[in-house]
Formats: sequence, structure tokens, C-alpha cells
Amino acid sequence: MIRGKAVVFGDNVDTDVIIPARYLTSTDPKELARHCMEGLDPQFPERVTPGATILVAGKNFGCGSSREHAPLAIKGCGVVAVIAASFARIFFRNAINIGLPILESEEAASRIREGDMVSIDLATGEIRNETTGEVFQAQAFPPFLQEIIAAGGLMNLVEKRVKANS
Amino acid sequence: MGMTITEKIIAAHAGKERVFPGELVQVTVDVMLANDITAPLSIKELEKRGITTIPYPERIVLVADHNTPARDIPSAENVKLMREFAKKHGIPHFFEGGAVGIEHVLLPELGLVVPGDLVIGADSHTCTYGALGAFATGMGSTDLAASWVLGETWLRVPESLKFVLSGERRPFVTGKDLILFIIGEIGVDGARYCAMEFAGPVVSSLSMDERFTMTNMAIEAGAKNGIIAPDEKTLAYVRETGTSRPVRVFTSDPDAEWKNVFEIDVTSIEPQVAFPHLPSNTRSVYGIPKIEIDQVVIGSCTNGRIEDLRMAAAVLRGRKVHPKVRLLIFPGSPKVLRQAEEEGLIRVFLEAGGVIAPPSCGPCLGGHLGVLASFERCAATTNRNFIGRMGHETSEVYLVNPYVAASSAVAGYITAPDKL
Repeated sequence: MIRGKAVVFGDNVDTDVIIPARYLTSTDPKELARHCMEGLDPQFPERVTPGATILVAGKNFGCGSSREHAPLAIKGCGVVAVIAASFARIFFRNAINIGLPILESEEAASRIREGDMVSIDLATGEIRNETTGEVFQAQAFPPFLQEIIAAGGLMNLVEKRVKANS
Repeated sequence: MGMTITEKIIAAHAGKERVFPGELVQVTVDVMLANDITAPLSIKELEKRGITTIPYPERIVLVADHNTPARDIPSAENVKLMREFAKKHGIPHFFEGGAVGIEHVLLPELGLVVPGDLVIGADSHTCTYGALGAFATGMGSTDLAASWVLGETWLRVPESLKFVLSGERRPFVTGKDLILFIIGEIGVDGARYCAMEFAGPVVSSLSMDERFTMTNMAIEAGAKNGIIAPDEKTLAYVRETGTSRPVRVFTSDPDAEWKNVFEIDVTSIEPQVAFPHLPSNTRSVYGIPKIEIDQVVIGSCTNGRIEDLRMAAAVLRGRKVHPKVRLLIFPGSPKVLRQAEEEGLIRVFLEAGGVIAPPSCGPCLGGHLGVLASFERCAATTNRNFIGRMGHETSEVYLVNPYVAASSAVAGYITAPDKL
């Protein structure tokens, strides 16, 4: 179970606003986190309580570039999960690969308001808005993706496979 | 039920008779690409875990095109990391210095991607190679790192959307305008998770350079890949590269399954301008208010090929860039630059008052070589106009074709060549 206060954004949040390209010479999540969402809200890192913030957004979250620095910056800020009406596909893969929990629910994305307290059961995909009492069900991931998520990211699986073969 | 090109290429690489949209498959990968922004993450991830097995070095392509020539010390360190990784693992296709061009201009030109290939790249515009009849899609650094180790990746087979383009193109309407128009129609998530296949007589009439422009921007509609069936033009282009890689031509079956078919008559399409801050905010150049500009950028993986420079030069020949406008020209590769020099295009640009920049991504993504100050406006042949894309978050980018970019540089505001 993860829990946090909602910070809400709109549709089509792109990777250029999540982490502007001028900061991409760094691969350090902490450094990237300092500039997270800078294009939309330079004060964003201050809106985040590390370990207790859930980012909620509309459709096509993470559209644009393939930069994995985008989910790394969000995770680096201490955001515990992202709920969106839908995700752009490269961001979707990247978030799963680096172990940033993401949930797709159009209803939750449209009903959760800034500051609402939200809890998520990652095992079942149940999203609970504790402030309003509403409950939403996120789309279930196929078993193969669940395996990556359970392993804590793609490279943990790859490493296991490589070391088993050597 | 038949299959689309995309499904056939995926099936061939999954070792299956056929695949179905929505199915998750494991596929072998022919080309695995990363650049100086994305490769360092992949390399560090492998090194952190002590993974040293890179079984298919000849399939890896590393291009230092984003922050080069080195922007600052961290950028230089990133390229150094790539160089050392390439050397250590015997990766033959590492490009820097005088060999470097924009990855998506360079790879097709060198014959590193051919029809029928399955390509993944840690760069969202990897979808460009679909113009060759290859399946090509962008992913992140971790997916690339995994593919370097395994030689394969996982894919969800996309549903296919078909765009059939017919009619007569108006003057100054290019592949760029066709793709911008389509994105304007379906929106920035209109093809999310789907394959966009471009077909019809207008697509057949397009040069390879214009086809690359179209498939390049499939990602701007959220697509997984853009694709065009190979024809004589494609095969001639590939032959000219002198590549020894095996070519496999796939075409969609007449009874292939389409999620949606869009019949588009291009006759009424005028040169497009995508207003800030989405590529889908498209309007006809003839119907816009006077938008004064500070900078014009001609280049990028979208419009940095020789024909793009020819279009720009056709407008700029004998004209001068407006005194308050900076015109930056980024030839997409060393070959494009050499060709532009031989054809006298470079001289045209210099006499008009333009700046010739090194083959690279330049300021397209706002990191290097021509970023925008607060409240500045730029007309660019690039692919994205998101907030802060080319510099300060109050700056604005308007996406246009090379003709409109060149005529806007002369006028000082966004306009088409026939209005100069």
C-alpha cells in the first residue's frame, strides 16, 4: 500500500516540461529532481513531500522524447506513484523499467483534486481517494509487465538471466 | 485475415507465422541505437551491475549528435564514456567529430538500416526509419541496455492506422505539411500505441527525404511507429548506400486489419504552421496574424536533409535575412553538408546572412547552439514546440517547412515564399 497527497496536472504533460533537455547531461536522479516540472511550475519540487506525494495527470502523460531522465526526475523528487488518464508509450515503458509505479485510470485522473489524500494498492490496482471516499480501479497490467514490476525493474530480470547463463 | 507491414516485420522477428494487435511478443533486434544523452544511462546501468557481455556489437549504433561539439564538461564526459564503451566492446558504429550527423539522417544514408529491419533506439524519433519500410520505434535507456545484452526486446503489437493520401499538392506543400496536417486532425495522442502507415498516390510521389520527414513525426501523434511500404524509390535509395545488409520488402495485405483508415485529399492543404505549444496546433500559413520572429532554425532529424536545404536555398537565393532575425542552418550529416557545398547552397546561405552550424541536433531540444532567450520567437523546421523546448520557458517555437522557414527569415515574420 502506498499513500500520498495528490499534486495535479492537466493533459499532454510532455517530457520537455518534466525535465528540460538542458539538464540531461546529468544522470543523477537527485540532480534531475531539482529541475523536475520546471517548465510548468518551477516550485514543483517544493510541492512534493518526499515519500508522500502522488502525481495525478490527464491524458498522454509523458509525451515527447524518450529521455528516461523524466521518470528518474519524478522518482528522484520523492513522488511515490503517477496516476494518469493515459500515458505516452515510451514514458510508460521507462517508468516500469526504472520501478516508478504508474496507474492508468481515466476516472481517478478526472476526479482526484489537488491536495486530496490518495492511497493505492499496487497489487490490485485499487486507488482510494481518502478525502472523498471514492474508489477507482486502475487498468490491470499483463502478467509479463507485472513480472518486471515485481522484479523492481527490467535490468534486475536481465541481470538474473545473464548470470544464470554464465 | 491478412497482416500489415508492421505486423509482418514483427512476426518475422518473433519467429512466428503471424501476430495480432495487442499481443506481447519477444523479438530479435537488428539495430540498437543510442545517442550522447541516452547512451550514458544505459552504459552506467550495465557497468553498475558488472554486466560485460555484449554479444552483438555490430548491431549497436552510438551517435554523439545532441550536445556536440561538446557543450560543456559533463557533455564531453558523456561522449568519452560512449567512446570508451565502444572501444571496449568492439562496437564498430560509433560516430563523433567529422563523422557525426543527426542519427536519423545518418543511419539511412550509411545503409545501417534497410527495409524489413526491426530497429529500436533510445531516441523518440527512431520512428523515422519507417520510411524505409522498417519497423522502428523509440524506447528508453534501460530498454536499450537490455537489448544490448540480450539482442532482443519485448513489444506490444500495435494496431495499425492507415492514411491514404490522394489529390494534387499545392505549391510549397511538402511532406512536413502533410504530417503536420494529419497531427492537427488526429491530435498529439491520436495514434497513441498505434502504427501509422502512410500510403496512396501522394505518398508514392514523395521523395525519400520527404517520406523521412513524415515518418519522423509519427511520434508527435503518439504513434509507436510510422511506416511506408518500400517501392522503387526506396530500393534505389538503399542501393545507393552500397549496404551489404539483406533487404526484406514487406507490404500490407489487401485484407489486413486496420483500426481506422483515413482518406485524405491533400488538394486543399496549405503550408502549415504549428503554433505553440503542441505540434497539433496547426493552421494554414495564409490565415495567420503577423507573428514577428527573432530566430529561424533550418535542420533537425525532421528537415535536415539535402532536399530541405535545396528548398530553403531556392527562397534565399539573392535575398537577405531580415536584420533582426538570426538564421541558423544545421545540415543533417557530413554528406548533406558536402553536397550542399558542392551545389552552391552554402554560399547562398552565407550571402543571405545565415549561420552554418555543424551537423548536429542543435537547439531543437534547447540545450546547445542557438537556444532562445525569454519571450523570443523562432520559426523552425524541427518537430516539437512544447513549453521551453528551445530555451527559456516563455520563448515560442512555430513548426514550419523549409520554404516557410526561409521566407520567414527574409520577412522577419512568419510567411510563405509567394507572399514575399
